[in-house]
Amino acid sequence: MKYDVVVIGGGPAGLAAACKAYEEGAGSILILERDKELGGILNQCIHNGFGLHYFKEELTGPEYAGRFIELLKKTSVEVKLDTMVLAIEPGRIVHCVNPKDGYMMIEAGSIVLAMGCRERTRGAISIPGERPAGVFTAGTAQRYVNMEGYMVGKRVVILGSGDIGLIMARRMTLEGAKVLACVELMPFSGGLNRNIVQCLQDYNIPLYLSHTVTDIKGHDRIEQIVVSRVDENRRPIPGTEMVFDCDTLLLSVGLLPENELTRAAGITLDPRTRGAVVYENMETSMPGVFACGNVVHVHDLVDYVTAESQKAGAAAAHFVQNGQESESGRVLELKNGDRVNYTVPQKLRLSRMDKSVGIFFRVSNIFRNVEIQVTDGETVLCRFPREHVAPGEMENITLPRVLAEKAKGSTLTVQIVDKG
Amino acid sequence: MYDLTIIGGGVIGAAIAWQAARYQLSVCVLEKENDIACGTTKANSAIIHAGYDPMPGTLMARLNVRGCAMVEEMSEKLDFPYKKVGSLILAFNEENMEMVHTLYERGVANGVPGLQILTPEEVWEKEPNVTKECRGALYAPSAGIVMPWRMAQAMADCAALNGAEFRRNAEVTGVEKAEGGISLQLKNGETVLSRYVVNAAGVNAWDIHAMIAPPRYTMRPSRGEYYLLDKAVGDTVHSVIFQCPTELGKGVLVSPTADGNLIVGPNAELVSGAEDTGTTSAGLSLVRRMAQLSVPTVSFRDNIRNFAGVRANTDIDDFIIEEVDGMPGFIDCAGIKSPGLSSAPAIGEYVMELLQKTGLSLTEKENPVDTLPKKVHIRELSPQDRAAAIEKNPLYGRVICRCETITEGEIVDALHAPIPPVSIDGVKRRCGAGMGRCQGGFCGPRVHEIIARELGLSMLEIPKDRAGMFILTGETKTEG
Amino acid sequence: MKELICIKCPKGCHLHVDDENGYAVTGNSCERGAEYGKKELTNPTRVLTSTVKVTGSLHRRVSVKSLGELPRGLLEEAVRLLDPIELTAPVHIGDVVIANILNTGIDIVATANRPALS
Repeated sequence: MKYDVVVIGGGPAGLAAACKAYEEGAGSILILERDKELGGILNQCIHNGFGLHYFKEELTGPEYAGRFIELLKKTSVEVKLDTMVLAIEPGRIVHCVNPKDGYMMIEAGSIVLAMGCRERTRGAISIPGERPAGVFTAGTAQRYVNMEGYMVGKRVVILGSGDIGLIMARRMTLEGAKVLACVELMPFSGGLNRNIVQCLQDYNIPLYLSHTVTDIKGHDRIEQIVVSRVDENRRPIPGTEMVFDCDTLLLSVGLLPENELTRAAGITLDPRTRGAVVYENMETSMPGVFACGNVVHVHDLVDYVTAESQKAGAAAAHFVQNGQESESGRVLELKNGDRVNYTVPQKLRLSRMDKSVGIFFRVSNIFRNVEIQVTDGETVLCRFPREHVAPGEMENITLPRVLAEKAKGSTLTVQIVDKG
Repeated sequence: MYDLTIIGGGVIGAAIAWQAARYQLSVCVLEKENDIACGTTKANSAIIHAGYDPMPGTLMARLNVRGCAMVEEMSEKLDFPYKKVGSLILAFNEENMEMVHTLYERGVANGVPGLQILTPEEVWEKEPNVTKECRGALYAPSAGIVMPWRMAQAMADCAALNGAEFRRNAEVTGVEKAEGGISLQLKNGETVLSRYVVNAAGVNAWDIHAMIAPPRYTMRPSRGEYYLLDKAVGDTVHSVIFQCPTELGKGVLVSPTADGNLIVGPNAELVSGAEDTGTTSAGLSLVRRMAQLSVPTVSFRDNIRNFAGVRANTDIDDFIIEEVDGMPGFIDCAGIKSPGLSSAPAIGEYVMELLQKTGLSLTEKENPVDTLPKKVHIRELSPQDRAAAIEKNPLYGRVICRCETITEGEIVDALHAPIPPVSIDGVKRRCGAGMGRCQGGFCGPRVHEIIARELGLSMLEIPKDRAGMFILTGETKTEG
Repeated sequence: MKELICIKCPKGCHLHVDDENGYAVTGNSCERGAEYGKKELTNPTRVLTSTVKVTGSLHRRVSVKSLGELPRGLLEEAVRLLDPIELTAPVHIGDVVIANILNTGIDIVATANRPALS
């Protein structure tokens, strides 16, 4: 089997990449999706708020995915569902398996990695206590409730105030559960204000900032959750314990890009994002292999996943059309400076850059009245004022090529500086 | 009336059943939980100890060395994961070095093969991540690692195929002498009659003993807490790295697991009983600190699971395997603390000897099953073999657990094992689905559906693990 | 005087709305904030998203939403009206599940496709 472009993952990233690769003229395109339907995690995100940037309207998750699935139907892109990719071998050979076709080795002109991310678990944050039933990641609970139609609990505490946690607070409440508290380790919520208002305040669910779960009680099913206040180093303060009688703990404590395939293929990963290091066109360290969406870095808006994936899809098509271009010219490395946690892309090949490149990153705390600066160490090449930045909201700036070319040396740093 | 009834379906009960079912006996195992290997067996260091720890002349020394020698061949025949990786006891100072020499001599006296005392350089050559503070080590090449629950299941499956009956959800609440044997009352009101009974109830063996005789020892249940780290850091060390036992305890080990993860622990804390399996922030932090003494680079950031197990410690420095005074035909198999797992197969043999001495006649069956068919492990197959397996059974082509690459076919196989699991964790312990870094976050609901389908149960009836561990509380949209 | 957080943009201005004085808004940084503050106190509305039962499909539920915002006070009542509904696959995005729910003039529609199992 041989395809021009093989896209691994049929969620929002894979769908957008495949559609764009088709538009850009790639001949044969194949999406490999492990689930029994396309759409990825959007299928269980039944709340609205998707697509404001891209479609200029508010859609639910399945509707947003549905738009791209309709678009895909009008193309010649092929899809293999129920198909798990096992390995990517040198020469861009994709090993995958499904019940119908068995074991397949597919030769790919180029590859787009769009495997998405997974949730951090109780183990990842080492919550002590007993190990009864009733501890769910928010996404697992969401699947049970929204797709399968089962309730996972009656009295619920939620750890983490990211958007999934907040959305599940409202969802469980509307399905008749009592949500007792939403608990957040940081002094600020990682979720959108809109979700704090519409998912917590509307239902009088208290939000405990600078708190965490310090004990889980119950032998068979959760009986109690102990919540403590934390100090500025995020360590629990003895004597501040609150006990909630409940049967369920939902964890919304972060997402991790799912890069087992990437790592096994020997592609360079960035320890900050836990995703592949990518160039300006989303190409990874392995020529002809591109990556986009949450497998590169965790986004908060699917609209940006779509945009990033279109970039990757187009580049994957061009790679097949033009072959591997010889590497010449300057490569600038993008580094995160003060108050910035990472950048995507991490590397810019000046000769390959369009007129400009979008740079995405997250800041380390909430700051007001600041300036985003891109500097080569000596000179600030450009400045972007911001009234408000927060870790929960991915920042994005557009760096013009003419300015990047002015950089001395081989490193650009993105930093946040107080204005004035 | 059974010939032999074993109370407890942990690794000890399973080992005794495995041995007993070879003979022309009717054998019954009573397990209080809904699955076997659910207590201490599923939550321990998973080490097959070489046998230099126990004092020479003890039952423990003899059974440990014998058990350790049996496991390799068993793992082949009964198809459970085992790796003979060897162990190192690190010394950090002169006092430790003295202990290393003492243990060396003890090991030699116990008949442990191949013991060597290594220089620090030899240690670092084997284990580059071991601390530079290391002053030497005792190397025991015969030590190994297993998946303890799989070892127990394998022995139990073999016993079941030889006709042993495994009754689950069968908690013993009373023991009495009866006409021609012993009568066991179960919590559900049933009575089981048996000529001979072995009490292999683990941490609860004390309670069973107390039903028939005054206490002969004091239980000192001891909890150990652990970290289980991602396979990405599974090669931090290649053998079992112990510390010297001191008055503070046996020290914390760092070891690969038979499945390729890294296990770190345990601490030791006196608790009240078998159900005290919670972890604590103080315990976990002690484990972290202690482990870093041996291997400073252990990456706790890659933790995927914490757990704790309760060891059946007693105030007696040996296993207690003997007929109970005043209760002929009733054998206690109690205080099976570390190295209980390592000794388990030998305990099985020893209990049979003891039963024979007390009058049970043992005649071997004509063709007892002693080999289990190899389970299909799709991820271990070559592309060609995998293609062939999927051709035969398409379910081997559907990956359900993506962290561990476990297919629907393997899950269905597990659900049709001689002693089939009935819970999500039961399936996990059988075939590894949900064992990986996402801890079943993705595959949990899918495994849940497969169990419901294969066992003909409603989703609401399937527990996470023990019978009371319900996952779902109802359906949505039911006007309630 | 009522306090609330503006949701119109990520800044999250803390609004003060004078409910005894024509709902005058202070603390806002823009006009949208003033509008929001007044509406939240006079007639707060929300989009309802939920699920209903479906048979003959891969999944046992299909997601739905209100095709427009419902008065906030009606959400709980509206969601209970979904309980007895049982659709049969195929279901398509946009299929009307309940027309004019609670006489609001707003329909509840399906937001996912549920093809019939072959």
